[in-house]
Amino acid sequence: MSGYKELKTFPKGGIHPEGHKISADKAIELLKMPEIVSIPVSQHLGAPAKPIVVANDIVKVGQVIAESGGYVSTNIHASVSGVVSKIDKVMDASGYKRLAITIKIDGDDWLEGIDTSLDIKKKITLSKEEIISKLQKDGIVGLGGATFPIHVKLSPPEGKVADILLINGVECEPFLTADHRLMLEKGEEVLIGTQIIMQALGVSKALIGIEANKLDAIEHLSNLAKNYSGISVVVLKVQYPQGAEKQLIEALTNRQVPIGGLPIDVGVVVQNVGTAFAVYESVQKNKPLVERVVTVTGKNLKNPSNFLVRLGIPVSNLIKAAGGLPDQTGKIVSGGPMMGKALNTPDVPVTKGTSGILLISENESMRGEVLNCIRCAKCAWHCPLGLEPYLLMNLVEKGFYDQAQQEQILNCCECGTCGFTCPADRPLLDYIRLGKSIINQKLREKS
Amino acid sequence: MSNKKLIVSLSPHTCGKDSVSRIMYDVLIALMPAFIVSMYMFGFGALRVTLIAIFSCVLFEYLIQKFMLKVKPTINDGSAMVTGLLLAFNVPSNLPWWMIIVGSFVAIAIAKMSFGGLGNNPFNPALVGRVFLFVSFPVAMTSWPVPILTRFKLVDAVTSATPLSIVKEGLKNNIATSELITKLPSYADLFFGKLGGCIGEVSVLALALGGIYLLYRKVISWHIPVAMIGGVALFSGILWGFNPEKYMDPMFQILTGGVFLGAIFMATDMVTSPMTPKGMIIFGVLIGLITVVIRVFGAYPEGVSFAILIMNAFVPLIDKFCKPRKYGFVKVKND
Repeated sequence: MSGYKELKTFPKGGIHPEGHKISADKAIELLKMPEIVSIPVSQHLGAPAKPIVVANDIVKVGQVIAESGGYVSTNIHASVSGVVSKIDKVMDASGYKRLAITIKIDGDDWLEGIDTSLDIKKKITLSKEEIISKLQKDGIVGLGGATFPIHVKLSPPEGKVADILLINGVECEPFLTADHRLMLEKGEEVLIGTQIIMQALGVSKALIGIEANKLDAIEHLSNLAKNYSGISVVVLKVQYPQGAEKQLIEALTNRQVPIGGLPIDVGVVVQNVGTAFAVYESVQKNKPLVERVVTVTGKNLKNPSNFLVRLGIPVSNLIKAAGGLPDQTGKIVSGGPMMGKALNTPDVPVTKGTSGILLISENESMRGEVLNCIRCAKCAWHCPLGLEPYLLMNLVEKGFYDQAQQEQILNCCECGTCGFTCPADRPLLDYIRLGKSIINQKLREKS
Repeated sequence: MSNKKLIVSLSPHTCGKDSVSRIMYDVLIALMPAFIVSMYMFGFGALRVTLIAIFSCVLFEYLIQKFMLKVKPTINDGSAMVTGLLLAFNVPSNLPWWMIIVGSFVAIAIAKMSFGGLGNNPFNPALVGRVFLFVSFPVAMTSWPVPILTRFKLVDAVTSATPLSIVKEGLKNNIATSELITKLPSYADLFFGKLGGCIGEVSVLALALGGIYLLYRKVISWHIPVAMIGGVALFSGILWGFNPEKYMDPMFQILTGGVFLGAIFMATDMVTSPMTPKGMIIFGVLIGLITVVIRVFGAYPEGVSFAILIMNAFVPLIDKFCKPRKYGFVKVKND
């Protein structure tokens, strides 16, 4: 890219899928409220939250409706005001019916004390401990996709110290633009959120990694960051999967997370830009996590858009607002094309982890015919973790799970690079996932 | 929302533009410069051999898949065409038609389909076909039509020896290399392809052009060709440095015989070569070593085919010991 010499990136493997960032210049719009929403109690990694409301209760926006179900868990808040109509199992993006709290909307009545204005509040008044407990209370989780509760990440185990915070503004998935828009429109808030996380971790340095296909966001945040000591923007070479935690850490700090370890083992904590924004809203504006930015996109969609969406609103509403479901749609994917999850119905609620909705036409939904492996080695050359996907698939297919484990199948981050590169259209990642789940089950049985 | 059924599958939901047939057609395109040179040098004979070889390879694959295996024939993937063209490139232009068909049969039926078809063959099919012909019909396989002069002859052309066989014979009779060189084509002729030899192996320039195309299309990587050609140069260079009157110089060794054809198109065959860069370099260098050993100490003047086939057998072993460097196994470092 012009103007930036020697862009940093991760050293091994990676691919360059077409960007298709067709919604990149669409400003974030507020999505119209529906009549009812269903808010799943399990929107995060870890134990589901426990409902504390019952049918016919009247709730306000921002009110806790389900309490954290353990340490690795988090509160769920009402994203709308109205009457709780039922607490029942509802199909969510996982394809399973799981517990959700359904609210019939009545007005938009926020809980007292929540600042819904757009004024930017810069001064951070809370202490380290207060910030962490505030974030825990407000249900903040990692919004990059893993939805890991933030308070766990911000409380390193005994003996582990973070020395640097990395903010993930990579958004390497094709099509998605939610983080891009957020950096452009809420840059100041993202930086204040970053400062808050730095304070909670007690680190003095933060790097915001952004790929060189988002030059406007790079310029905007770099200019703003001049007023924030310790925060700097690093331009990264466009390469998938740079937004994956391990790849981002290596691109920005040249450190490798040891096998079986966590980023904190090398003194790093990674948070997404969306999370930084949510942290700002929680700590500075007293606003729990009740909404997020979602990209709705697809080659045949009329109006690809970025919406600010209250959690629990059905995906079908988002599609309607973006111009309706095109006739030839074959797949609705929650997330991006590389790692997203295909939905079996659009009538599932948006949750904390929904970064985008991608519509794929019928033609492009079909996989190619599976041919013999021609040992071209593309999967192994491009795997960012140095695995040999063709070998792992062979081992799993033949039931050699121990050997697959020795070949570090569990280290696979499921980025999909192998399947993308395979000229024979082999279902490499499907078999790797199968192997991982069988091996994980065996490990659980053993312990 | 409509009640239309949605397609649900696991990620990734998109894939790259690569396909097996794209790779095979790229190899065919890359072989075209060498084919054009062979037409110029050997004329109708080259065309005749090439057409028979391609046609019979495709036909054998079709018949076996359709009537023996009873599966959908995959001849459109282009792999049988590549095998046919490479087999043709590895035989002289005046080979009797039925020998070409026998070679094609061995290549496709025995070396490829009996192992399970494309992707499962441990040895390069075209080379198996070639070596079968070579050991079965040594006279026909080593009578090389004189280039350019014989262009309009289909069979019974005037034949001559290849540079490598001139050297082999000469050294056997204790003639010094400095004297032998006077009987050999110039290096320029070797480079452009004006010498007797197999159809496709003569022009180093044309083969290198094809190699550049394959590198550009990322069908092959530089590791095997560079390691193999470097290996030939290295080991022949050691011998030459030791006694230049008894051993030919490394430049001669890499420009003659099938070194370039083997290095760019045969040893790089994905199915029968190692998967990691380290493995590829070991594979290439050892092919170079075996080639030199056969040429200098063996009974045959040329050793590329045997060297590649021998190393094909070691590929599983090389793959087992040359693994990609896995993420997460370095010591924790702070910059």
